[in-house]
Amino acid sequence: MTEEELVTLAGSGNVAWILVSAALVLFMTPGLAFFYGGMDRTKNVLNMLMMNFYCLLIVPVLWIVAGYSLAQEPYGNKFIGGFSQVFLKDIDLGDGKTIATIAFLGMFASITPALISGAVAGRMKFSAWALFVPLWLFLVFIPVFKWVYGGWLFQRGSIDFAGGTAIHVNAGIAALAAVLVLGKRKGWPSEIQPPHSMPLVMLGTGILWFGWFGFNAGSALAANGQAAQAFMNTFLAAAAAGLAWCIVERLRDGHFTNLGAASGIVAGLVAITPCAGFVDGADPILIGLIAGVACCYAVKLKSRFGYDDALDVVGVHLVGGLVGSLLLGLFANPEFFSGGGELLFLEGAFYGGGLQLLGEQALANGSAIVWSFVVTFGIMIALKKTIGVRVDEETEVVGLDLSEHRETAYHSG
Amino acid sequence: MKLITAVVKPFKLDEVKDALKAAGIVGITATEVRGFGRQSGHTETYRGTEYNIAFVPKVKLEILVGDDDVERIVGVIVDAARTDKIGDGKIWVTSVDSIVRIRTGELNDDAI
Repeated sequence: MTEEELVTLAGSGNVAWILVSAALVLFMTPGLAFFYGGMDRTKNVLNMLMMNFYCLLIVPVLWIVAGYSLAQEPYGNKFIGGFSQVFLKDIDLGDGKTIATIAFLGMFASITPALISGAVAGRMKFSAWALFVPLWLFLVFIPVFKWVYGGWLFQRGSIDFAGGTAIHVNAGIAALAAVLVLGKRKGWPSEIQPPHSMPLVMLGTGILWFGWFGFNAGSALAANGQAAQAFMNTFLAAAAAGLAWCIVERLRDGHFTNLGAASGIVAGLVAITPCAGFVDGADPILIGLIAGVACCYAVKLKSRFGYDDALDVVGVHLVGGLVGSLLLGLFANPEFFSGGGELLFLEGAFYGGGLQLLGEQALANGSAIVWSFVVTFGIMIALKKTIGVRVDEETEVVGLDLSEHRETAYHSG
Repeated sequence: MKLITAVVKPFKLDEVKDALKAAGIVGITATEVRGFGRQSGHTETYRGTEYNIAFVPKVKLEILVGDDDVERIVGVIVDAARTDKIGDGKIWVTSVDSIVRIRTGELNDDAI
């Protein structure tokens, strides 16, 4: 074979893995929909599913119209991309890696606003959600994504392997801003119903975990050692966090619960997301254990501070993302991934790097939190003053499935 | 003719059914219902938050019997459904004006 043929052959494996990973990440949005939908009430489950599936309808289109171009091009600007690749203009097909990567990143763009739906469950107008998603995509997700991947936060040295800051912290703090404008559900917290279908929650959790292998291991954008390590870390951290959450519940509340296992698994997946291709050995287990315990206590914050984050987006995604992203400042081990060559990212404090990386991680997350909170709050206020964000009381009592979608989830007979 | 209505714990349904069949009862209507009595429901814990489930699942049985059988059949149900724990349920008896077997048109005691 000629050298050119060898390069093509090697590249084809990478493209194949990116394509498979993209499909895995797509599957996470239905998984999230079931994870949330099972926790919601019978009268609101379809609304919850639709809030998630809507993201799969609108975001891919917008991602190609201008999203990708604004999020990634040109690399020279530290804060926002440009319009040079709108409608995928001027992109060479080549071996397919660029198109595959754009599709892969489009899946991330789709699931990120969907994460917020869990917080606003049960009382947000669907029309308001339909406008919120594109506004949030362009004004919050894309700038923060750009800062973290190629922009100023990246250039300073902060790292985020698959979206701890850009996705989970970003969506988690946005969820808090959204519910502060939206207000509490009628009857919260004393008269709120428990999850209507725990089997759906467990099914959704399984789909999420499965898809997350594409999310994290796919973020190596190659079929290589870093992808394999990210895969292993995704496996371990989720298990450890699920175990930790259940043990806390067993000791504190007396029982080993399904929802504890599901929540812990997701918390571990969130926490390992920024770390996946940067840590090794037993460290992912430690990260998972810490995230499981931290998030198990963090879901209690809403009752202490009085915000109705219905399905704990803040407690799991904001807190889990922050835990993972900050622990990366301790556990990042570039030497393990360098193959004897130069180090590609800063060392964590436990691997001889001092506190520099931890500082950069704190700055990156702090910046994402401030931007996301302020702009999301602004979007919600703007929607509230124009079309309104909240359904009327009758709709809330009747349920959003019938009122907003003219459908019912469960017919008998 | 009487209608015996019994609300029992769901896990006791099979035992009650078998006891009633052994006692000569040939027809039972069973419905899954929710309710509470002195037991006042139970609590469940999700993500560390306790929820009070006021209405707990029960099975409601409806059995038609002749006047002479009432006491005996009620006794059979009590023996089969009792666990001696709170939430065992209740049985009540009401009078029935008329009964028709749809297939044959038989009436009252013949239709039981």
